[in-house]
Amino acid sequence: MKSKTDSEALKHNPEAGSSNKLIGNLLRNPENTIVYVCLFYYLVMAFIAPGFFTVNNSWNILFNLMPLMIVAVGQTFVMLGAGIDLSVTSVVAMASIIGGYLLSDMTALVEPVWLRMVMGLGAMVLAGGLIGFLNGLAVTRLGMPAFMVTLTTMILFSGTAIWLTRSQNLYLLPENFVNLTYSSLLFVPYPLLIGLIVISAAWFLLNKTLFGEWLLASGMNSKTAYLSGVPVSKTLVKAYVLSGCCAAVASILYTARLETGSPVMGQHILLDVIGAVVIGGTSLFGGVGKIHWTVVGAVFMTLLDNSLNLLGLSYFLIMIVKGLVILLAALLNLMQVRKLT
Amino acid sequence: MLLKLQNIRKSFGKVEVLKGISLSLERGQILALIGENGAGKSTLMNLLGGVFTPSDGDMQLNGNAYLPDSPIAAQIKGIAFIHQELNLFPNLSIAENLFINQFPIKKLAGFSLIDRRTMRERAVELLRQVGLQIRPEVKVEELSPAQQQLVEIAKALSAHPQIIIFDEPTTSLSRHEANQLFELVFQLKAKGIAMIYISHNLDDVHLLADRIAVLRDGELVKLDVKEAVDIQGMVKAMVGREMSEFFPARKVLPDTKRLLLVENLTAKGFVTALDFHLNRQEVVGFYGLVGAGRSEMARILYGLDRFDTGNIYLNGRLIQKPNPADSIKNRMAFLTEDRREEGLLLGMDIQKNVQLAALSRFSRGIFRRIDRKRAGGQVSDTVQSAKTRYNSVTGQPVSTLSGGNQQKVVLAKWLLTAPELLILDEPTKGIDIGAKREIYGLINQLVEKGSSVLLISSELEELLGLCDRILVMSQGRITASFTKPMFDRNAILEAALHKQSETLPT
Repeated sequence: MKSKTDSEALKHNPEAGSSNKLIGNLLRNPENTIVYVCLFYYLVMAFIAPGFFTVNNSWNILFNLMPLMIVAVGQTFVMLGAGIDLSVTSVVAMASIIGGYLLSDMTALVEPVWLRMVMGLGAMVLAGGLIGFLNGLAVTRLGMPAFMVTLTTMILFSGTAIWLTRSQNLYLLPENFVNLTYSSLLFVPYPLLIGLIVISAAWFLLNKTLFGEWLLASGMNSKTAYLSGVPVSKTLVKAYVLSGCCAAVASILYTARLETGSPVMGQHILLDVIGAVVIGGTSLFGGVGKIHWTVVGAVFMTLLDNSLNLLGLSYFLIMIVKGLVILLAALLNLMQVRKLT
Repeated sequence: MLLKLQNIRKSFGKVEVLKGISLSLERGQILALIGENGAGKSTLMNLLGGVFTPSDGDMQLNGNAYLPDSPIAAQIKGIAFIHQELNLFPNLSIAENLFINQFPIKKLAGFSLIDRRTMRERAVELLRQVGLQIRPEVKVEELSPAQQQLVEIAKALSAHPQIIIFDEPTTSLSRHEANQLFELVFQLKAKGIAMIYISHNLDDVHLLADRIAVLRDGELVKLDVKEAVDIQGMVKAMVGREMSEFFPARKVLPDTKRLLLVENLTAKGFVTALDFHLNRQEVVGFYGLVGAGRSEMARILYGLDRFDTGNIYLNGRLIQKPNPADSIKNRMAFLTEDRREEGLLLGMDIQKNVQLAALSRFSRGIFRRIDRKRAGGQVSDTVQSAKTRYNSVTGQPVSTLSGGNQQKVVLAKWLLTAPELLILDEPTKGIDIGAKREIYGLINQLVEKGSSVLLISSELEELLGLCDRILVMSQGRITASFTKPMFDRNAILEAALHKQSETLPT
């Protein structure tokens, strides 16, 4: 029986002016809070950071944002399942050298460039998926903590990438591939297009499919989920595979932009990736989170990085600021979870 | 008068679990406290032990107001509580366990050091008092359960208590060990220590107690000297309620077609050689003490735990290796004892909770896209037929619902899967009377529509009111079987305690 209808509920919440409502909304929805914080931060920086509010820098922000956002979206799946994937940096590196090797004119494995592109990009994504699959198996079958598993694979595959290439970069990538960053389809730049496709697919998977529901349930309470017939292990493995694939797609963008396959590609993105997901508001304990929260989180991390650079802060100071911001977000995150349960 | 309780009340949220209890206790007296699970015994003792504070009423100790705000405060005032699960550190020595709260200290160059010699001397003296002849350096993990129990009592004695509360002290003891414990209890009584003794074993109660207090649904229904109450009288006071009002008769009789057949089911250390069956539209109840193996049996049937030998047949088909997903496909459902940890997604709304087990039935196509409209409609129908009270199906986390409504949400989840076999493990644990009644009604409706129910409960009355047959388990075995209407309360209680009394001293 409904003891209170929606209209009754509204009566208890008289509209005491729109400003009150706005603050109420801000407090109630962490997703909205971060949107407003982002807008506010953007406006402030537009005034005080030299060269921030320019066409050139806007492109810069966009190209920095896309790969980060894609990795963070993959990470969101893993964190929704109450795990964490620290190995994304090594996936970016492995995919970058595999792609570099298969695409490069130095090796020129097959003559037609289009075939090389298909092979190279396919192998990159496949490699990411495989590493994710390994992570997922270790976490679900061996029952190891996600943190330990992915820390290990991060070191393992970073090392592998450097060892395989003897720490050399792979140059001479095909023109078509390198131009990916700056060309567009129907006026939409390719990086933005790829980013939009990844977001849409992720949103669909999480919100519309059985997999999404199962993932959220497994992350919220794996015992209840298993007892209710949810294939918890399979679902979590899929989340790690998705994270690996997303990191590999991001690696395509990074590799194209830097025009090299590099074994140390993505070495420094881990803090930004985890930060984006946490700032977005996805629960550190799994089960609560949205794709668009992470997108906003990634926007904020990118704005922060870009603006602090323009303000002339040193690399180390930027690290300190980012660390503090993520710590604050994690605290808010905890308070949110406590309110729920 | 050592201890006096007057009109003690305690509520958790809207549920009143103690409804005005008045009791008194004198020096050297043993008061037995009995009642079914959920009658309020533990709550009352937790008030005395400083775990909770009463909502209303007056407690006096030696004529002074007594209102402990923590277990430590209760201990300082001279009230010791020996819990059913022992609170010892197995990795520490006996002596260390005895003085864990306040180690004897000596000063050396400004540092506080543990005075091992004093500790040892005092430990030896305490162990002598409880008749335990073991060196205090021995680690607790090396002791038998009975010896650990004695260490716990010695620990209680170290604080010079006026009152000791025993909560089911004999559950892990053999008969021989229990008798030794009773001797100690009488020695303590002779020293003038008053005791409150909680037990399901009514023979023990009759042996030990000076006075017997019976609680039922938070009320004191009987308080008398031992001589005036016999065991039948105790049982009647514990369970007596108008049954017909609570348990309306079902409109159908059990079918003769067999749904579940279990042969020689054994899982070492948990259940031994279980043989039983369940017919269509039948309700079979399992009674027994905590730890008798009933929940373990249910978990095995549903596929959460493994078994060693035996056969499980469902609809005549052998179930090889049960697992939850297959069990649901076989139209089984399992409501576990632990609602919060195994039944609910606490941070999610009713919709997400109720649809969970039937989710795959609402998905379509290669992407297994979910038909939200159909899922939403069926969830609201089911939740309403389960008489759940809520503000909104979506957006309101189930953690904000009352215990009874949470349980109805779990039940609705299983109703949505249209089960043929519903296993219910303590379905009314921690739920108020009104919600209990509605859940009983739902069970009856379900059976009338064709399902069968396997009901595990520690409330005998519930089993007597709902079941067609009652099987009693003790120490992993089925020790007795009763068919309606030949239900005999005493015989059922006896069968549940049966094996325990016969265990030989180890």
